[in-house]
Amino acid sequence: MSGERNGERILVGEVLEEGYLVSLAELCRSCTVETQTITTLVTEGILDPTGEDVEHWRFTISSLKRVKTVIHLQRDLGVNLAGAALALELLDRIAELERS
Amino acid sequence: MDYKDYYKTLNVDRKATQDEIKRAYRKLARKYHPDVSKETDAELKFKDLGEAYEVLKDPEKRVAYDQLGSNWNAQQGFKPPPDWGSGFEFHGAPRGGGSQQGFSDFFESLFGQAGRSGGSGRGFHMQGEDHHAKILVDLEDSYRGATRSISLQMPEVTPDGHVVSRSRTLKVSIPKGIRQGQQIRLSGQGAKGQGSGKAGDLYLEIEFNPHRYYRVEGADVYLELPVAPWEAALGATVKVPTPSGAIDLKIPANSRAGKKLRLKGRGIPAKTPGDLYLVLQIALPPADDEKSREFYKRMQEEIKFDPRASMEVA
Repeated sequence: MSGERNGERILVGEVLEEGYLVSLAELCRSCTVETQTITTLVTEGILDPTGEDVEHWRFTISSLKRVKTVIHLQRDLGVNLAGAALALELLDRIAELERS
Repeated sequence: MDYKDYYKTLNVDRKATQDEIKRAYRKLARKYHPDVSKETDAELKFKDLGEAYEVLKDPEKRVAYDQLGSNWNAQQGFKPPPDWGSGFEFHGAPRGGGSQQGFSDFFESLFGQAGRSGGSGRGFHMQGEDHHAKILVDLEDSYRGATRSISLQMPEVTPDGHVVSRSRTLKVSIPKGIRQGQQIRLSGQGAKGQGSGKAGDLYLEIEFNPHRYYRVEGADVYLELPVAPWEAALGATVKVPTPSGAIDLKIPANSRAGKKLRLKGRGIPAKTPGDLYLVLQIALPPADDEKSREFYKRMQEEIKFDPRASMEVA
């Protein structure tokens, strides 16, 4: 989707609300990871989907970024999952402090 | 093409052990990791670190790289020696090694595709990865709608198979009523797909630039409004700024500091429009000349007022 103004291409996107939810399949697709990776993140408490079972799991839009941050930290810094989770929580807290 | 001093990048001695190299890399990687770092050029620094480590962590590549050491001339720029690569065999590690981003021409000319770990499979079709970025907008943009430019560093595969990091600027329409925490999804603006897979999407997380006097909470906007003591005491009509333009505001008599005046629907024009809250702050006129000091003294004498009456200390 795009609009044209003064000959320049202006991209028009879709606005997603804070409460926008994605399924497990969409999350895996977006982050190019296996289902297994996501279930591990849920077990570890890094992601907190709604829904009773895997089929009905729904993740918030912010999960997309969180999954990637965890994967990048693990891959690039050699930390384990618990370490990446801790870093993620500290990053959240820094962001929160900076907002207030 | 410039010669790259990988030892300098990692800040290690040329005689450093493999363990020392790993330590130096990890330390710098923590400092410059784009997901963690606040440094302005973190992305670029981290890429350089990754490239240097990719070579120095691998004893085969390191030995080969070390042999170049004395043979290049800074004035002429760098060219790999004609016999480069003979006698070495570079094993590309099959699994991802942090090289999302393209390495330099220098790296490519020496180690090429074979040297990069985590290369893409052949004959394989997959939709590209989604990308994420933050976009800073002004509160006023949300009231009127706007167009913002955003610069992104994107890895791109050239026709001859090299990965280069390309900076691209996108013009994005910021719709009226946008709020912090919302995201804009631009389909097809993420990573290119593999094979015939389509490109991923780009998610832009909306964040407001801090404003000099407005504060935003969800769709509601707050403004601390200074008023004179007589405006608060006697009531007044004053001109106040709002993100959609100045308005005349009626302040009721006997207003206290901290009183909230709500202007319904004058917050962010979202689907359910927010409200604008004006929080009264009573500004004290300075007693910096004889006339005003005289006036304060008269108030002291004539108005019976104990601001600490409720504290039971009298």
